[in-house]
Amino acid sequence: MIPSTEAAIPEPTEDVRLSPPVHEVGPVEWARLNLFSSWFNTVLTVVFGILFSWLAYRAARFVVVTAEWEIVRRNLTNFMVGRFDRTQLWRPWVAAGVLALTGGVVAGAMGRVSAELAAQQDRTQPKVTLAGYIQRFWPLIIMVLFVLSMTRTIWPTILTALVLAVGLAGRRVGTALPPAARRLTWLYAVVGLIVAVQVLVAFGGVGWGGWGGVHINVFVTVVGIVLAFPLGMLLALGRRSSLPVVRWVSVAYIEFFRGVPLLALLLVAQFVVQFFLPPTIAAPSFLMRALIVIVLFESAYIAEIVRGGLQSIGRGQIEAAQALGMSPWATTRRIVLPQALRAVIPAMVGQFISLFQDTSLLYVLGFFELLAVGQNVTSQTDFVGQGLQAVTLPFVAFIFWAISYSMSRESRRLETRLGIGVR
Amino acid sequence: MSLVEASPPSRTPPRSVRPPFWRDVRVVRVVLQVVFVVAVVALIAYLYNNLVSNLEARGIRTDFGHLDQPAGFQIQGSDFRASQTVREAIQVGLGNTISVAGVGIVLTTILGVIVGVASLSSNWLVRKGANLFVESLRNLPPLLVILFTYFAVILPLPRIQEPLDWGFVIITNRAIAVTAPSVDDGSGLFLVAVLVGLVVGAVVWRWRTRRNETTGEPHRRVMWSLAALAAVVVPAWALMGRPLGVDQPDVVGLQLDGGWTMSAGYAAVLLALVIYTASYIAEIVRGSIQAVHRGQNEAAEALALSSFQRLRFVVLPQAFRIAVPPIGNQYLNLTKNSALAWAIGFAEVTTVTFISIGNGAPAVQSVILLLFIYLALSLLISFFTNIANRRLQVIER
Repeated sequence: MIPSTEAAIPEPTEDVRLSPPVHEVGPVEWARLNLFSSWFNTVLTVVFGILFSWLAYRAARFVVVTAEWEIVRRNLTNFMVGRFDRTQLWRPWVAAGVLALTGGVVAGAMGRVSAELAAQQDRTQPKVTLAGYIQRFWPLIIMVLFVLSMTRTIWPTILTALVLAVGLAGRRVGTALPPAARRLTWLYAVVGLIVAVQVLVAFGGVGWGGWGGVHINVFVTVVGIVLAFPLGMLLALGRRSSLPVVRWVSVAYIEFFRGVPLLALLLVAQFVVQFFLPPTIAAPSFLMRALIVIVLFESAYIAEIVRGGLQSIGRGQIEAAQALGMSPWATTRRIVLPQALRAVIPAMVGQFISLFQDTSLLYVLGFFELLAVGQNVTSQTDFVGQGLQAVTLPFVAFIFWAISYSMSRESRRLETRLGIGVR
Repeated sequence: MSLVEASPPSRTPPRSVRPPFWRDVRVVRVVLQVVFVVAVVALIAYLYNNLVSNLEARGIRTDFGHLDQPAGFQIQGSDFRASQTVREAIQVGLGNTISVAGVGIVLTTILGVIVGVASLSSNWLVRKGANLFVESLRNLPPLLVILFTYFAVILPLPRIQEPLDWGFVIITNRAIAVTAPSVDDGSGLFLVAVLVGLVVGAVVWRWRTRRNETTGEPHRRVMWSLAALAAVVVPAWALMGRPLGVDQPDVVGLQLDGGWTMSAGYAAVLLALVIYTASYIAEIVRGSIQAVHRGQNEAAEALALSSFQRLRFVVLPQAFRIAVPPIGNQYLNLTKNSALAWAIGFAEVTTVTFISIGNGAPAVQSVILLLFIYLALSLLISFFTNIANRRLQVIER
């Protein structure tokens, strides 16, 4: 009888694979590794330690002791909405509520979609917790708290809490939406935006001319990007067109607008744009002219971003579509653009931030936007000649910084979530 | 072959396989382009017509004759007089723009590379400090940075009556002066000597490079070339009666005299643009260094190169190849952002254009000229970046 060879091999009774030992690093060893690993590093640590401690001390002393926040406290409404009619202040609050509701619904719907996608692909998604929110949005949270600490009555705090609550409720609604209604997310965003603007303007409201403060920065940014996007997309497609004439015109347009500073173009808006219109049309308002120029300018940059996305699509995608007999238009619409646009979302957020910062240029042209408020309030009779730019400019900088930095962090998070640049 | 022979020769030519012309790709392409050109030309013609008729209706001239008229305004911080022409005013402004951009590009590159390398330091504190620098500046509007450096950094400096005087540099809130080389008579001949020295240095550089390539001995190009340059220039300097001295700045009345003087506006713009752009360049440098394959660093470590040598000879040369196009973009941005100096009244080309419009120069022509000046500057910078890019690229086989 042939002995069974199988019996000779012992069955593994337990999993012998061991995970590598976890090396716990204590604080002392961490400091040795990260701060004092060589004599050069020790010198660096000491020098920079002293420098940073001094800077942190000066900054803390500035915020708590030396800065005279009275000028900010008294002009807080100016910083937020500029010269907006003080009897109509309920309008910005309601508009903020509408925007919070829209944002909540959109965020909820998108979160649900990505959660279902994750479930399909057997990925676990981190649970949304309060700590997670704080970690993600701490610059914004600190900014809101700081601004609220400057208020003189309790009302702004209550209203802010209300807006936040509306946003959270919107998120609930968005999560609960049925799939058919979820597909219309972009429509909710557009409707929300239009309703918010109508709340400000309609029925005896305040027209564009009376807007100001951080409110106009945000408005010009959103409108600028939304209007510039279709034009930029067309330019990007034009630049990659196989028709040489279309390509040349697109390249000339893009390179022209990328080669000149926005400030020079805003001079065009101030002095020249009205000459290009037929005499029968009355000259549009200054903000309108500035918006036209900003849209033309931004579209050139968006075109370059979208072009980057288009170039990231493999040729095989287009060839496969052609093999299926799809027309060039259908190939672009159904195959190329959806993939390309998904790839450029983070870069678009970056462009959004850059435009948000560029809206400060409206100050130079006499708009009462955030930076202009920071400059102008220092010449009020109570504050003139005290060098209070040293207080107002850091405050304005903090608002710009908190909003931009939060968005850039979100875009980086999106980048990893979408797996861009990961092969 | 056999297939062709098998088919019977046909008398009548085969029916054209071309589709009807409205579905023929060749025809459609041409028609589309013609339609596009007609549309674009029509739009431009329409706008141009509007422009000309609007200007004529208002009695505004449409030529560039205003450039030769007297400017009628003064420019702060230069000896430009009101009786000089608008053309000369714009030249002064353009000179200031180029000066800020040129000096700024050099300084911001140095600062940006340092911060970028520091953000990858093994020292936790240095790393965090570099990140703080980058993340705080990148998220601020450049205009705000310029206003801040002007109002909160430069203006609070000591007044000219009690200047901060360290001998080689004098700091006041009106102007900052730095020691500069002074040029005497006979310096023309000395310049020739310097040129000769530079040529000799270049020849020595090439010789050392060849030597290194053929024999493998260390080239030490920098030391050799500097020595050759000094060997020519120093005796020439001594022989020609020391034509080149040191020009120390001095306070004369309420002005700074001597040295290289920059006005408060210039200093504020330079400082703001340098630190702002450096935060972007630092990010580019960091990304490029991280894009160099880790194996390169490890191989260099295995060859016992020191950490400085690894950076200098292995990592940075490869990183710069990746970094050149985006850094070129930042140079462009710095040049364009110099227009923001308008906000503090520094007389660069945008400010001068705006002032001249306020003094009666026709707006349309002035603004068009301004746009073309910036376009020319941008093209110039892209041109140099492209050359650098082409020279640095590895020739792939």
